Amino acid sequence: MDYIRYIEKTHEYYRGLGYDKTYNYAHNEDIPFTPLNKPLSECRVTLVTTASFILLDEGGIPLEKPGMIGTNELEVFTAPNDRPADRILSTSQDHDRYQTDMADVNAYFPVTRLQELLEERMFGSLSRNYYRTLPNYSHRKTTEVDGPEILRLCREDHVDVALLTPV
Amino acid sequence: MSLVARVLEAGGISTVTYTNARDIAASAGNPRQIFLNYPLGNPTGRPHDPENQRSVLREGLKLLENADRPGIIVDLSYSWSDSDEWMEKFMTDEQPFISEDAEARRQELLQNAREQKARKLK
Repeated sequence: MDYIRYIEKTHEYYRGLGYDKTYNYAHNEDIPFTPLNKPLSECRVTLVTTASFILLDEGGIPLEKPGMIGTNELEVFTAPNDRPADRILSTSQDHDRYQTDMADVNAYFPVTRLQELLEERMFGSLSRNYYRTLPNYSHRKTTEVDGPEILRLCREDHVDVALLTPV
Repeated sequence: MSLVARVLEAGGISTVTYTNARDIAASAGNPRQIFLNYPLGNPTGRPHDPENQRSVLREGLKLLENADRPGIIVDLSYSWSDSDEWMEKFMTDEQPFISEDAEARRQELLQNAREQKARKLK
């Protein structure tokens, strides 16, 4: 099977543009692991994404400002699990815009699909909120600030399982 | 995103990450990865194809139930198109990844952040 080697490709691309320092992708040999400790039918599931989007109100007016990258502010946002897909507007710059657009939220933040899978009883319940964090250039910040904040919120909401969707 | 998966997993929450970039998640040491070989931006299926999206999501739930060790990657067999052209053209002069506008905006934000940080350090 063939697929794009993004790490290699990105390094080549930015070097070609004249940047001498390219993005430093995370590398870890050890991998943490929590096996599922109860049947999925009893699990509470959440959704966590790095997709950039803003929530809209009933009239289509933005409820929030587009997030900022590169700052050191806490950058964890919540979204209620019953947010209708058409009240979510992508602000992504990180997708392959020649191949796809971000018009269908369910292709990267599957709010509608998860409600359907819940109705099929594929798992026990959905968490009250879903979580968003911006793609961050600092591994330290993700590991020591944003990640632990998402963990804290998930615990508060009694989450057993997290589905993650990087964009 | 894989770094968040690692924090959650170390904190007792089981995770599955749906990806379009297999190597990035693998390098980061992702606990469970469902790899869908579609263009960046579609980790949970083809846009406007609910049946495909449900199938992709179900694969992740299956992996959660079956994984007996960390680091398993499931390569889904769906392909984006009959031709590999979309992969060959990615990040080429013909299809640059970042638009000039987006890059200018990014540089501006990074510069602001650096200045803020410098002010705080003073």
